[in-house]
Amino acid sequence: MRRSSSLITAMAFGYAFLYAPIVLLMVYSFNASREVSVWGGFSTKWYAELLDNDAYLNAAWLSLKIAATSATGALVLGTLAALVLVRFGRFSGRLLFNGLITAPLVMPEVILGLAMLLLFVALEDLIGWPDGRGFTTIAIAHTTIGMAYATVVVRSRLAQMDDSLEEAAMDLGARPAKVFFLITLPVIAPSLVAAWLLAFTLSLDDVVVAQFVSGPGSTTLPIEVFSSVRLGVSPQVNALGTIIVVVVAVIIGLATWLASRKKR
Amino acid sequence: MRVGGLRRDWGRRLVLAVPYLWLLVFFLAPLLIVGKISFSESRIGIPPYEPLLDWAEEGFAIIRATLQNYVLLFQDDLYVEAYVQSLTIAGISTLLCLLIGYPMALGIARAPEKSRGPLLLLVIVPFWTSFLIRVYSWMTILRDEGVLNHALMGLGLIDEPLVILNTDWAVYIGIVYSYLPFMVLPLYATLEKLDPTLLEAAADLGAKPIRAFWSVTLPLSLPGIVAGSLLVFVPAVGEYVIPNLLGGGDTQMLGKALWDVFAQTRDWPSAAALAVAMLVALVIPIALFQRIQTRMEEEGER
Repeated sequence: MRRSSSLITAMAFGYAFLYAPIVLLMVYSFNASREVSVWGGFSTKWYAELLDNDAYLNAAWLSLKIAATSATGALVLGTLAALVLVRFGRFSGRLLFNGLITAPLVMPEVILGLAMLLLFVALEDLIGWPDGRGFTTIAIAHTTIGMAYATVVVRSRLAQMDDSLEEAAMDLGARPAKVFFLITLPVIAPSLVAAWLLAFTLSLDDVVVAQFVSGPGSTTLPIEVFSSVRLGVSPQVNALGTIIVVVVAVIIGLATWLASRKKR
Repeated sequence: MRVGGLRRDWGRRLVLAVPYLWLLVFFLAPLLIVGKISFSESRIGIPPYEPLLDWAEEGFAIIRATLQNYVLLFQDDLYVEAYVQSLTIAGISTLLCLLIGYPMALGIARAPEKSRGPLLLLVIVPFWTSFLIRVYSWMTILRDEGVLNHALMGLGLIDEPLVILNTDWAVYIGIVYSYLPFMVLPLYATLEKLDPTLLEAAADLGAKPIRAFWSVTLPLSLPGIVAGSLLVFVPAVGEYVIPNLLGGGDTQMLGKALWDVFAQTRDWPSAAALAVAMLVALVIPIALFQRIQTRMEEEGER
C-alpha cells in the first residue's frame, strides 16, 4: 500500500518527539558544566558523584528488592487470574472479578495510593499488621498494580494458545496441575518473562503510590529522584537516567535476539 | 467437567480464590475505606479521622457520618478550579495525543510487514525507561535558558526566550509525551486488522485517499480511538508528577491538590472526599474502557 509523504513526516516527528529528550539526557550526562544549555567539555564526573551518593545507592537497592518481590507476586497472581479468565468459562462473580482486575490499569495513581494507605492504617488498627510502613506495604501495593498488567500480558498469550495439547494430556489421564506445569507453562513462558519484566519496571518507576505507602527510612529511588529534581537541575539524575536507558536497551536487545534465534 | 472429580474441583477453587481474595482485600476494600472515610469527621490525632461507628455506653451504635467534607469541597474555589482544570488539561492532552498518535499508528500499520515489529518496539521502548527521569529531561529542554530556546534563538526564529516551563503548555507536552505509547498501541491494533480490500474498493469506486480515510479508515478504527483516548484521559486527570515538575503555580490539578491535602494539611477525610469526587468523574470513562477491553479480549479468546 502507498504511504503518503505527509504520513512519513508525521511519523518522523512522532519518533523525534519520543526520543529527543532521551538523547539529550544522555548527551548532557557527559557535560562537565552544571549549566545544561552550555557545553563545558566531556566529563564523567556526574557518574562518579552518583556512585558516591549513598542516598541514591541505598534507595536503588531498596527499589530493586521491592521491584523483584512485587514482580514475582504479580506474576503468580496475574497468571492465576489469566487462567481463571481464559479457561474457567462462566462462573458467578466473573463480572466483578473482571472489573477488579482491569480497573487498576486506568485508576489514577493518587487514588490507588490513598486507598492503599487507608487500608494499611485500618488493618494496623484492627489486627496490628502491617507494623508501620515500608518495604512490605510498598511491595503489596506494587504487587496489586503489577498483577493487573501481568494478567493482560499472560491472558492474551493464553487466549492464542492452541489447547488441543492440554486436552490430549488430560484425556490420557494427566492431572490438571501436571498438565499446567508440563505443557501450559513452557508454552506461555515468553509471556511470563514479559509480564515479570513489565511489573518489575512499573514498580521501579512508581513514585506516587510509593509516596503514600512508604514510611520513614524507606525511601525508594523514584522518591529520592523526585525530591532532588523538584529543587531544580541535578546533573546526577542525567547520569542515572543514562544508566537506566542503557540497561533497558541491552535487555530489550537481548530479548529480541533470543526471540529471533528461536524462530529460526 | 471430565475426570478428576472432587480433587479437580478443589484445585479449581484454589486457582480462583487466591487472586480473587487478593483483589478483594487489597483493591476493593481500600476503595470502600476511602468512601467510608470521606464521610468521617476530621480530627487531630493518629489516625486523623473520627470513627464512623461508635459504641455508646448503653450498647447503642452511634453513626457519626457527615457530608461536611463534600460541602467544603464545593465551597472552596481552589478545588472547583482544580476539578475543572484537571478535566480540561486531560481533555486537551488526549486530543493532542490522538493528533500525534494516529498518523504514527497508521504509518506503522501501513509499513511493510517486516518493519512493523521494530517500529512498534520503538514506540514502546521509552515506556520501559524511567518516566520520572524523562519528565525531568523536559524540564531542562523547556527552561527559559534551556535547549529549545537556545536552538530557536540560534536559528533566529525568536529574539526572546519563550516561557514554556511552569505553564499549562509544558503540562500538555509532558502528558502527551508520557502517554503517547498508550494511544498508539490500541490504535495500531485496530488499524492493523483493517481489511485493505475495503480501501481498494473505495479507490475503485473513485474515492480519493482523503475521502476513503474519512469514510472507511476512521470509522472502522473507532474502537481503537476510544480505547486509546481513555487510556490517556483517565490517568491524566489524576496526574501528579507532571503538573508538579512542569506546571506552574496556577496549574491546579486534582492529583496535586489531593496530595497536598493529605500530606500537608493532614486532612484525610477531605483527601478521601476529593478521591471520591475524582472517581465520580471517571466512573463512566472507566466502565467504558472495561467494556471495550473485555470485548477485545473475548474476541481474541474465541
